[in-house]
Amino acid sequence: MNGVLAILERRGAGWNRLSGETLTAARELAERERQPLLCAAIGAADGFVAGPVTRAYAVQHELLNRYTSDGYILAYEQLIREVGPAYVLLPHTYQVRDFAPRLAARFGETLIADVVAFGDGVFVRQLLQGKLNADYRHTGRGPCFVSIQSGAFQAGQLAPAECDVKVFTPQIEPSQIRSGPEEPFRMAAQTVDLASTPLIVSVGRGIKEQENIPIVAELARALGAELAASRPICDNGWLPMERQVGSSGQTVSPKLYLAVGISGAIQHLVGMKGSKAVIAINKDQDAPIFEVADYGVVGDLFEVVPALTAAIKKTKGEMTSTA
Amino acid sequence: MQIVVAIKQVPARDSAVHIAPHGKWIDEQDLSWEINEPDAYALEAALLLKEKHGGEVVVLCAGPGRVQSSIRDALAKGADRAIHVECEGLEAMDTLAVARLLAAAIAGEKPDLILAGLQSDDLGMGQTGVVLAELLGIPHASIVMELEVDGQSLRVKRELEDGWFQWVRLPLPALVTIQSGISKLRYATLMGIKKAKTKTVQKVEPPIATDHHSVAMHRVHLPERKKQTRLISGAPAEAAAQLVEILRSEVRAL
Repeated sequence: MNGVLAILERRGAGWNRLSGETLTAARELAERERQPLLCAAIGAADGFVAGPVTRAYAVQHELLNRYTSDGYILAYEQLIREVGPAYVLLPHTYQVRDFAPRLAARFGETLIADVVAFGDGVFVRQLLQGKLNADYRHTGRGPCFVSIQSGAFQAGQLAPAECDVKVFTPQIEPSQIRSGPEEPFRMAAQTVDLASTPLIVSVGRGIKEQENIPIVAELARALGAELAASRPICDNGWLPMERQVGSSGQTVSPKLYLAVGISGAIQHLVGMKGSKAVIAINKDQDAPIFEVADYGVVGDLFEVVPALTAAIKKTKGEMTSTA
Repeated sequence: MQIVVAIKQVPARDSAVHIAPHGKWIDEQDLSWEINEPDAYALEAALLLKEKHGGEVVVLCAGPGRVQSSIRDALAKGADRAIHVECEGLEAMDTLAVARLLAAAIAGEKPDLILAGLQSDDLGMGQTGVVLAELLGIPHASIVMELEVDGQSLRVKRELEDGWFQWVRLPLPALVTIQSGISKLRYATLMGIKKAKTKTVQKVEPPIATDHHSVAMHRVHLPERKKQTRLISGAPAEAAAQLVEILRSEVRAL
């Protein structure tokens, strides 16, 4: 076994952003292990972006035109058996979460999922919603499968592959594809574009009840910010889904992200950790949100938020009256 | 229909966790425990399907004696019976080993459908269900928000990224991993709690060697702070005044 194989994911005509980050991680690992860097993706050989790789594989089969876990697993299993890499790195996307655990199991391996860093034979991942980190070692005899967390590595410039892109055609029979996927769809047009808004006030579980949402909405209004939320708030229907920030919602990078009663589960943090300034108000001083916060208030949001809203209104009033 | 729901017991959300002296896991003393949240939604989905189509809901749970409380919770909510795989140190096993335990424990069952939460709140590997499907040789769908059963096939709504969804049809038997928040969770009724005491909990010893592993977690540690967080203290009004000053002079949001 030799080589670090990066499996990339296309998104429409382009590439998933996380594919670039995975390529960076794969390059670092290849240099560290002094092994060749390889990459692969399902689809056309044209426009293959992987920069300085030793070999690139365009995996092609008509049964792969629509994503199915059965199809992707069969295709990548055959590629990996032919290429024989020591490591297989994948972006930790929803698609990878669907097929990669099964792919690894075919080799008697366990996917080390959602990795944030590596070094010295260990892969670091987060436990308990980000409260702890854990070092994992690969102890199996097959390839080591690793998926890379969004935002953990910098995406480099995606340049055309500096080698011939080899077409790999796996053997797949129609009867081997057991699931029937329908066309993907969006629930409703997005009317709130959190991605381009400069100020966001976001609310989480700490708000406790729907009746309390206006406390935070009032703060957002006073500040002239958009109101956003973590997943549980939208799941409960307290705010519409389109206001959700996180891996299953929108990814934002505003000038200010003011997190109220948000503990900071990994799925939320990946959606907002690119914010320029983060202020967190939370009663639990060990909450992972403080890991990414520039400013923190450890306290009761039901006392701090109304006080802050009042202070902002007062300041704005003074600014208008002196203008 | 016959439905198996795999649940895991995890430390309650917002628990203060401390690293154990051996540095390989957390100190489990003084923790309170609950059913992993996505698994609670998987159980809810199973109970809704049973109400609509009839059949039986069997809870499958691996872990030491303490998991009995979560099994009883599931039975009180309406599951019919349970299989408890008695074992210590789940956290030291890799996903493949855990999935092998679960697969062996239900070898005598003939489920039409197996449900599991999409990931655990403690280890968060997010793959026990998917790997269990592989070991059982059945199709799966992950991160599912809605299920429709129609004869021998299943139609599920998968969540994709960025607000996209997709319906997928699967032949039964199949395994589905459930996303949190797909419905309201029911509470156990007093009658349910009473009835749970009479329901069968079948205990099985780990049926296969669990020492094989492909990956090993060998150390847990506190995350390094990437940012220096400036903590603002004082009474709410004082803290608010300081925040306003920060918003004005540093963040320039006012």
